[in-house]
Amino acid sequence: MLEARALCKQFGSLTVIDQVDFRLGADEAVGIVGPNGAGKTTLLNLLSGAMQPSAGQISYRDADIKDHDAAARCRLGIGRSHQVPRPFIGMTVFENVLVAAQQGGNAHGPDAYQRGVDALQACCMLERANRRAETLGLLDRKRLELARALATKPDILLLDEIGGGLTDGEAEELVQIIQQLRKRGIAIVWIEHIVHILVQVVDRLICMDAGRIIADGLPAVVLADKAVMSAYLGGGAI
Amino acid sequence: MNQNYSIERGTSKIRILLAILLILVAGLAAGPLLLSANDLDHLIVLFIYIILAIAWNALAGYGGLVSVGQQAFFGIGAYAAIRLSYYGMPVYLALPLGGVAGAAAAWVASLFMLQLRGGEFAIGMWVLATLIQQLVSLDPLIQGSTGTSLLVLNHFSPAARRADTYWLTLAVLLGLLGLLFLLLRSRQGAAMQAIRDDEEAARSVGVAVAPTKRLVFVFAGFGAGMAGALWLAASITFQPGTYFGVQWTAYMIFMVLVGGIGTFEGPILGALLFFALETMFGATGVWYLIGLGAAAVGFALFAPRGIWGALEARMGWRLLPVGYRLVLVPESQHDAAASAAVQFDSHA
Repeated sequence: MLEARALCKQFGSLTVIDQVDFRLGADEAVGIVGPNGAGKTTLLNLLSGAMQPSAGQISYRDADIKDHDAAARCRLGIGRSHQVPRPFIGMTVFENVLVAAQQGGNAHGPDAYQRGVDALQACCMLERANRRAETLGLLDRKRLELARALATKPDILLLDEIGGGLTDGEAEELVQIIQQLRKRGIAIVWIEHIVHILVQVVDRLICMDAGRIIADGLPAVVLADKAVMSAYLGGGAI
Repeated sequence: MNQNYSIERGTSKIRILLAILLILVAGLAAGPLLLSANDLDHLIVLFIYIILAIAWNALAGYGGLVSVGQQAFFGIGAYAAIRLSYYGMPVYLALPLGGVAGAAAAWVASLFMLQLRGGEFAIGMWVLATLIQQLVSLDPLIQGSTGTSLLVLNHFSPAARRADTYWLTLAVLLGLLGLLFLLLRSRQGAAMQAIRDDEEAARSVGVAVAPTKRLVFVFAGFGAGMAGALWLAASITFQPGTYFGVQWTAYMIFMVLVGGIGTFEGPILGALLFFALETMFGATGVWYLIGLGAAAVGFALFAPRGIWGALEARMGWRLLPVGYRLVLVPESQHDAAASAAVQFDSHA
């Protein structure tokens, strides 16, 4: 469904993404791990359209989308959340999801309201619908990120460290929500450092290091890979 | 499980409020028949201040585009009216077209100015205003800094001219208020506010950022252009240094900051306050300006949501709400509540 070929991203002389090939099938959930600076968020930004690649191809449902910006990709069905939640702080929780339903989901009137309510309900945020987003705590801001992306009616959700900064209990709550989204047939690409919650959701795991994919396969296989152990999990004594 | 709900976009007292507003508008429309020339002159100035305040609030408070160069469009509005009148256009057609010229200039400027962000945009707009002032001064009709006058207005009697200008200013004010209200309650209104809060996040949820920013920029250009043309109608004379002076934007910022940035009602309140302060203390000269600056800084630091914003937060006052309120309705109460609630849009 979403495919990138020979993707590169350079900032001056620094190569952050180096000849990356990536493929995501319909209904698939892929996790991405790797050390800080491996290029995970940059890859997500390239896939979402927040950044343009220096070279390479990106296609969605066999159509070239390399020149589409983030808004156009969202309207095609590629939603995303941000590593640090970015709510529209001057608006209420409901208005946050409504603008996503109207713009990204191209829903009008009652359809947009219904989609906003559904998204809030799916992310356990319905009771906070009329609170200004600036008053939310971290967990609720993460839920709102998810709900807002969901309101755009995505076929693919790109999640950037959505579990970061949460307690184990809070992260488990998010996992349950994401598992429900998977049951709706939404494909997921999820960058996460909390590996034990990630493997509860994903079918496939990718490990990146220095802008390249160094392992790609079943989570258990990737986590046991020697290169992954060395680059990400650490090969030294515990 | 499907959740029953309704969407509220009004207040329970909105019909009473609309009735009061209608009476107020009818009273104001009768102004030239009831009020003295001096009162009419004061009201024209007040209306123009409100136009300036709502235009700048739309730009900065809802669109997140803080400009210190809106005097560019104020000056263009007046200049275009003079030019069109000089070419033989009836003056009371040329004046509204001054606003259209402000909007057209804003559209052209948006092609390059909206590439700038934050402080770059704010200062860039000031530079643009200064540049346009210099270009206008090169026009032989304007005679450099000397300026010119809309002499054709002298063909009307002072009373008729005052009344026509008053009605035109009132009509423009009401039209702009209505247009802004509809815009803010539309899909574009929510998109504008999303861009204001976080442009990148707005783009990530599908908001077409560039066209939406252009829309609010052109609206603000139209408002400032209309204000400039109306000021010309009231004062007749045009001097580039006065019309393109940064003080106009300073006034807009004061009115919006003090009244309540990002609220519909706040700029109207701010304009009323500014008008009152100017009437009482304007003659004190530099101390008046220092006082205005100090008050604006004080509000920015200690009451950033302004007077109306604070009232809205503490008292829940929303006379003309532009947002959405989700009302959850328990299954058993749904039928009864649906018939009792004041709803502009609902779905369950």
